[in-house]
Amino acid sequence: MQQLAVREPLIATPAGALPASVSALVGAAAVAPVATIETRPTNPSAAKPIATRPARAGWAARSLEWIGTAVVPPVLVVLALLLVWELACASPKSSLPAPTKIWAESQDLILNPFFVAGPQDLGLGWRVLTSLQRVAVGFGLAAVVGIGLGCLVGQSQWAMRGLDPIFQVLRTVPPLAWLPISLAAFRDANPSAIFVIFITAIWPVIINTAVGIRNIPQDYRNVAQVLRLNQLEFFWRIMVPAAAPYMFTGLRIGIGLSWLAIVAAEMLTGGVGIGFFIWDAWNSSKLSDIVVALVYIGLVGFVLDRLVAYVGKLATRGTAAA
Amino acid sequence: MIARLDHATHTTARMQVAGQPFLKLDRVDKTFARGSTSTNVLSDVNLTIERGEYVAVIGHSGCGKSTMLNLIAGLTPVTSGAVLLEGLEVNEPGPERAVVFQNHSLLPWLTCYENVKLAVDKVFSGLKSKAERHDWVLHNLDLVNMVHAKDRRPSEISGGMKQRIGIARALAMEPKVLLLDEPFGALDALTRAQLQDSVMDIHGRLRNTVIMITHDVDEAVLLSDRIVMMTNGPSATIGEVLDIRLPRPRKRLDLVEDKEYVHGRAAVLEFLYARHKAPQVEAAE
Ligand SMILES: Nc1ncnc2c1ncn2[C@@H]1O[C@H](COP(=O)(O)OP(=O)(O)OP(=O)(O)O)[C@@H](O)[C@H]1O
Ligand SMILES: [Mg+2]
Repeated sequence: MQQLAVREPLIATPAGALPASVSALVGAAAVAPVATIETRPTNPSAAKPIATRPARAGWAARSLEWIGTAVVPPVLVVLALLLVWELACASPKSSLPAPTKIWAESQDLILNPFFVAGPQDLGLGWRVLTSLQRVAVGFGLAAVVGIGLGCLVGQSQWAMRGLDPIFQVLRTVPPLAWLPISLAAFRDANPSAIFVIFITAIWPVIINTAVGIRNIPQDYRNVAQVLRLNQLEFFWRIMVPAAAPYMFTGLRIGIGLSWLAIVAAEMLTGGVGIGFFIWDAWNSSKLSDIVVALVYIGLVGFVLDRLVAYVGKLATRGTAAA
Repeated sequence: MIARLDHATHTTARMQVAGQPFLKLDRVDKTFARGSTSTNVLSDVNLTIERGEYVAVIGHSGCGKSTMLNLIAGLTPVTSGAVLLEGLEVNEPGPERAVVFQNHSLLPWLTCYENVKLAVDKVFSGLKSKAERHDWVLHNLDLVNMVHAKDRRPSEISGGMKQRIGIARALAMEPKVLLLDEPFGALDALTRAQLQDSVMDIHGRLRNTVIMITHDVDEAVLLSDRIVMMTNGPSATIGEVLDIRLPRPRKRLDLVEDKEYVHGRAAVLEFLYARHKAPQVEAAE
């Protein structure tokens, strides 16, 4: 979680550093979201392309350069790692399968993500989609409720005093610890898994939104006051756009945590998801299938992260350039 | 020169209808309390301003000028005393007392047009049609010569342009009083002179009531009908009020040699640097 957050500046923030009043809310525990928020704001003007249309030759040269710098190195490294792996696991007594063995055993899974050969014999694409459906519901709920609660906590001193200690305790509970209690409450695997997603993803959303709300400059509040904006207008016209970069930081951390939690939760709840597939494969000693599933999970998690980051970039284009 | 009396006879005559001054600060006191410590920033501030007057407020840094402006704006409550606008007590902010903040405070996610539009939509929601509001936004952008940049965001325009948009936004609310907190403070001398001319021109046309905080003696004398000079804090108050009886429209080049101008300038300088030196300067001597 921490790694995910610090890796790069997710979004430029309108206010660089956090004021002291915020640190109380964030506390020492909320390291990840804060680390993200405090990353240096990117310079919006620097990122803007100069308004000249590049010549065709220039375009070709630049796409070549992109392939050279962004595609070739990771491909080379992956090839090298595969080679090392192949050598390390080449002996027939090896406990883990080598790449060639995986290819031989799980070719159908790799080549065709969307086959249906029986109720429990599905392509990994279907399984991923099932998991994604759960994530969509759980994360969607977490986003809505989290932004709502974050606004409340950020806006009201009393709500913060009352709710913040509870949040700080609850957010440290590991996702899977919620599973038994939600199974007991919902008496069904699917809503339980969704609840686990929800409860995992909501904390960074709440905390980041609250920080964003607290960081709304007094000037904007003054403008709103002079214009006599009502609560609803203030929420939509000032609060949401001003805190949007922080909200998307929270959402991006949240979607990452959701994806982490769904796999673990599905291992325990069963069903069609990718998590249960891994568990099932382990029980039937299909290690090759597990490796393929891991690659799927990694790629999907990567795409989800980028997707939220991209939406955030679009949505905060104006805000980030304070 | 020292006159707290109402001088602008034509405006007073209009105001006498209700028998009360247009804007009045009546024994205003402001104390900020934080925990056990409290600072008395303003003490016994009395001031009356007539409709259409241009009043500059000058004083050393930290004496409480912004605080006074915020009290008039209603953004901070008075500790005791009252601010009365047309006889009614000011106790919350509102568009009839529009503020141009020192740091422009435009909303960065809105274009220049949208920033002004937000104010217009809010203030004239029931009074003007959609098309009329659109025209009103453009009209106000035109007043500050900013129509050409209407679709740009604040981050894409210069500091002086931002300040112009801030002024357009405030003017678009058709405020009874326009409050300017060091509106040109962060600008270079040339841009500043340009904007001063724009503001003088707009004030000449619209005859709105303006209260402007400034650090610049020339600016104060050039623009205003009266200059309010604040004593040093804590417990600052109005030390003197100086009438500037220069005819309008004023041209900055013609004024350089003007007797009244030179005299007014000297009087303010004398107040600020001889009788009410900045506290740290006084301590150093
Ligand atoms: N919210 C506040 N709480 C406590 N003290 C305050 C607050 N606002 C202002 N002050 C104090 O009131 C005094 C006057 O501040 P103010 O901002 O009005 O000065 P100013 O005359 O506008 O100065 P400048 O010319 O530098 O802008 C300062 O000493 C400041 O510390
Ligand atoms: Mg000030």
